[in-house]
Amino acid sequence: MTQMTIDTANHLAGYAARAARVKVVAAYPITPQTAVVEKIADFVENKQMDAEYIRVESEHSAMVACISAAAAGVRTFTATSAHGLALMHEALHWASGSRLPIVMAVVNRAMGAPWSIWPDLSDSLSQRDTGWIQFYCADNQEVFDTIIQAYKLCEDERVFLPAMVCLEGFILSHTYAPARVPNQEEIDAFLPEYKAGWILDVNHPSSHANLVSPEWYMEFRYMIQEAMENAKQLIPKIDKDYGKRFGHEYGGLIEKYKCEDADLIMLTMGTMGSDAKLAVDKLRKEGRKVGSARVRVYRPFPVEEVTKLAEHARMLATIDRHISFGMEGFLASEAKASLFKLKGRPLFASFIAGLGGRDVTAETIEKMARKSLKSMGTGKIEREIEWVDLRE
Amino acid sequence: MLTVKELPKEEYLLKGHAACAGCGPAISLRLMLKALGNKIMLVVPACCTTVIQGPYPYTSFAVPLQNVLFESTGAAASGIVAALRQRKCDDVTVVGWAGDGGTVDIGIQALSGAAERGTDFIYICYDNEAYGNTGMQRSGATPYGAWTTTTPTGKRERKKDMALIMAAHRIPYVATACTSYPLDFVNKLRKAKEIRGTKYVHLLAPCPTGWLYDTSKTVEMGRLAVQSGLWVLYEIENGKFKLNSPSDRLIDKDKRKPVKDYFALQGRFRNLAQEDVERVQKWVDEDWGQYRKLVSDSASDLVLYGKI
Repeated sequence: MTQMTIDTANHLAGYAARAARVKVVAAYPITPQTAVVEKIADFVENKQMDAEYIRVESEHSAMVACISAAAAGVRTFTATSAHGLALMHEALHWASGSRLPIVMAVVNRAMGAPWSIWPDLSDSLSQRDTGWIQFYCADNQEVFDTIIQAYKLCEDERVFLPAMVCLEGFILSHTYAPARVPNQEEIDAFLPEYKAGWILDVNHPSSHANLVSPEWYMEFRYMIQEAMENAKQLIPKIDKDYGKRFGHEYGGLIEKYKCEDADLIMLTMGTMGSDAKLAVDKLRKEGRKVGSARVRVYRPFPVEEVTKLAEHARMLATIDRHISFGMEGFLASEAKASLFKLKGRPLFASFIAGLGGRDVTAETIEKMARKSLKSMGTGKIEREIEWVDLRE
Repeated sequence: MLTVKELPKEEYLLKGHAACAGCGPAISLRLMLKALGNKIMLVVPACCTTVIQGPYPYTSFAVPLQNVLFESTGAAASGIVAALRQRKCDDVTVVGWAGDGGTVDIGIQALSGAAERGTDFIYICYDNEAYGNTGMQRSGATPYGAWTTTTPTGKRERKKDMALIMAAHRIPYVATACTSYPLDFVNKLRKAKEIRGTKYVHLLAPCPTGWLYDTSKTVEMGRLAVQSGLWVLYEIENGKFKLNSPSDRLIDKDKRKPVKDYFALQGRFRNLAQEDVERVQKWVDEDWGQYRKLVSDSASDLVLYGKI
């Protein structure tokens, strides 16, 4: 029977790892991820989860241990944040290059210096090019559901790639909210036992990841690109199937809210997608045709969906909880690139907000939307990149 | 104890591998595989063995091998051990095979973590005393006075004593070995295989390419290292220290060859001044004072680091 609970997203990530029947967890503590691995340690030591928990001495080792455990044929899980994720960087490439379906919860936290423990997306977005699928969640329920969905996706032979399930620190990680945890039999029916694509096997010895000459390397990279394209096709299907079974679905790659007739669409990621809905409702009451779209999957990037979204809109505004110094937020860059093929492109505004945990409320988003509506009226953008609520 | 005649006939290091002529590590690699058999999973970080195995789609290994990141051997082994335990697969030995740079420098953290967790695997550091794969740069295992491409006038610091660092982890088995004493090496590995927990074997493996001696002299070079007392063959089993043959006959200084005999045959020590040679000789003699003490302590049932 489905169990209703009120819990934090961190604990729900732990519940999801257990529900997925993960066999090896290797993790190292970092704020604000800690409660994820504490929960798992608790499950393992109290025999509520049949898994090995390797208490490694660094995040680098955490990812490496997951890679080799997956290579030895079992389902693996880890979780980290910010500097821990950055320390893993090299191993992230190794995981995707080895085509191993590791799932990792990334509890988003800003990067230092200076030290910050509060959220923004610069930690996971900095790992954009590592060949990992990236999901961004808007609430606690989605964290649980997406971890289960991620295993289903990553272990599909057309994909065999690792995935990060990203959730903003504190906003989700430490916040209690109601959630449904489906019963184990239903999860098992959705997510069958792990079948490895390749495995270290004494009966069929081979060398894995050995030196590859220029004659072969490109093909291996092309196969990862193909796998990403396959993932793009599979994610909406998996999300729909999950929705049918468990009652929650998230729009696949991109969650749209009142976009059909919208003149202005606010494009967001993560929890800002929830607040954006409130801002949209308020403006709709005033008769302003505003919609919100939340990019749920950042890699593979939903180019086609964003293009389609903009076909009928007069303006698109992105809100990035991230900055690529010397350029703009990644969401802005990639949304713009997605519009390139359109004739008569819409007006485009890009906002930077909420870095290092600065609060972004529905009112903050409303303010951005009003500013965008004003630009839509004049046909002119005041500033190419607008930093929101910046001190004078 | 295994004799030469009893060495398994099976070859798990295949013909056509890409090691240099006279490669000490390759000689020992072949013996390591004979000693441990084919029910092993091998973890290899960036090191000469990355090259020795040959490029995709070929391999010179007849055992499953996972290539892993340079600093990660201990962690990678931990992952495999955990997965095998979950799969109830208890007849496979996990083996880390890493160079000296990948062990004493960049890999020391992951190795220390794995040992502290009591990970059930054998870690073998094959030590050619420099970063060989990248063209002989200095490592923490390069000895005092040795030329490398990053110490062109000779290294000014002493070699890190990795085996004793591992002993300080209170693991059940630590041993040193040398390419030139194959049976000692093979027997230590077979003993390690029967012990649960972390086993560490530090193998001195002469390298003609980096040490600058004739490729036919690899065995002689290792023998001189041991006979001069610069490299000592021993094992520490459950904290109990024991010298092995022939090091156990070298406690008296006059039984040991002078270190200058060892230096004279290698190009990497060409620029060693007389006072450097004397300094190293003094260090070796001092170290042997410590070994003598360890031997007598172990004989009276005192053990390193208490009960393990």
